[in-house]
Amino acid sequence: MARNRSVSAVLGGSVSRPRPQPFPSRSRSAIRRRVVVGALVVLSLVLITASFREPANGFLHRVGGGGATVLRPFEVAAERVARPFRDAYGYMAGLVHAKQENERLRAELDQARQQANLGRSAVRENDQLRAALGFIDSPTFPRDFRAVNTRVLGAPASPFEQQVIIAAGSNDGIRLNAPVITQDGLVGLVTALTGSASQVTLLTDEGSAVPALDLDSSTNAGGLVRRGQGGSLILDRVPTEAQVSQGDQIVTAGSRSRQFPSLFPRGIAIGTVTSVGRTDTSPWTHVQIQPYVDFGSLDSVIVLVSKRRAPVLP
Amino acid sequence: MTAPAVDAAKAVGVLFLAVVLQISIFSGIDILGGRPDLLLVTLIMIALRRGAIFGAAAGFGAGLLYDMGTFGTLGFIALLYTLVGYWIGRYGETTGRDRSHAPLLSVAVVTILFSVGALMLHFMLGQNAPARAVLLDSLVPTVILNLLLTFPVHAAINRIFRPADSAERVTEVRLLG
Repeated sequence: MARNRSVSAVLGGSVSRPRPQPFPSRSRSAIRRRVVVGALVVLSLVLITASFREPANGFLHRVGGGGATVLRPFEVAAERVARPFRDAYGYMAGLVHAKQENERLRAELDQARQQANLGRSAVRENDQLRAALGFIDSPTFPRDFRAVNTRVLGAPASPFEQQVIIAAGSNDGIRLNAPVITQDGLVGLVTALTGSASQVTLLTDEGSAVPALDLDSSTNAGGLVRRGQGGSLILDRVPTEAQVSQGDQIVTAGSRSRQFPSLFPRGIAIGTVTSVGRTDTSPWTHVQIQPYVDFGSLDSVIVLVSKRRAPVLP
Repeated sequence: MTAPAVDAAKAVGVLFLAVVLQISIFSGIDILGGRPDLLLVTLIMIALRRGAIFGAAAGFGAGLLYDMGTFGTLGFIALLYTLVGYWIGRYGETTGRDRSHAPLLSVAVVTILFSVGALMLHFMLGQNAPARAVLLDSLVPTVILNLLLTFPVHAAINRIFRPADSAERVTEVRLLG
């Protein structure tokens, strides 16, 4: 609104001053201003309510998906422009700890080689035994899944959001609730999609819960991987009698309950156990996990699309 | 094309670009837990320059586009940005326009209020509302990053949006009596 820029000076003494009246144009402008902002606030509240209450395939979600589709080419272009700079920063930042990391990775590689040899022979033996038994299994990872490799377009913009946008959608065969991984491990789940883009809810979201088990536990300990306090991951609902130790590997458990089938196939790596705590008052062991995936620097992900239909429960 | 229409077209272009950059680039920047918010800073600069109604409308449009681009709850960011645009627009119209510290002050205060507002709204909707992460871990670095963004964004917005009412500036002093 413009200020009254004309400066008036009254010269002379006994001039009776009229009682100040509000400027008609100002009061009209104030009403207009309040009406506009009031209407926009009410419209926003209506949108929030409707969007929050309607199902995932409702009208507003479709409108939102349309908007995301329009934005997507521009996001891809911006991401391509920024990529060299981001890579250069990542390269420089990586050099700082390169030597230490190199030594650590060499040690891990030696250990992984030994484990891989053991694992390979175990897999061969397992296949032979399954063939001998005529064992019929549900879709297993990674054999029964097609990988859709795609770029991450948008990272979580604030601590409230634990979702990323990826550059592949239903046109690429992706479906709702498809598991999403990287080479390191489990990332999350597709929770919304359009033809050309999808939203992935990360494992660190408060609403995420993944049935998981401890690969190294002698008691086959399992529980639910969820977000803990401070944004870390925990393995929840682990009975106190279960044997869990620091350094154990946690992987997805697949479906363990007929009532609540898991959306994740068995065997996807999640992380390692960093601490185990027990108290006299709690029936559960408190297990903290360090995830393999760095959720803060996701560049590209792999969406798993099942080649086989999941078994339908009777 | 009339001046308001030109301004509106410029605002649409600038805010669209800010939404795209925010989603694809700035959301991925994490420095000491803080994340710069280019879109918020751009909106504040436009609202300071163009007033309450323009700011509220720009905030609503930009917020809605951002909600769509991030698959968020439609209207969530639109509501907060509408209030930001209106409030900063009023500040610009009344006391802040000619003050050199207005952009920095606005960005610092609005970043804090926006974080608190978003936290409360998330909490009321029963969504993830990590108060500790928002208010203790990331707020100060985010304010600092937004303040750093203010200088280039302020300069760019000043170039794009010329002063609104140069014709209304004081050109003479009229003596009465």
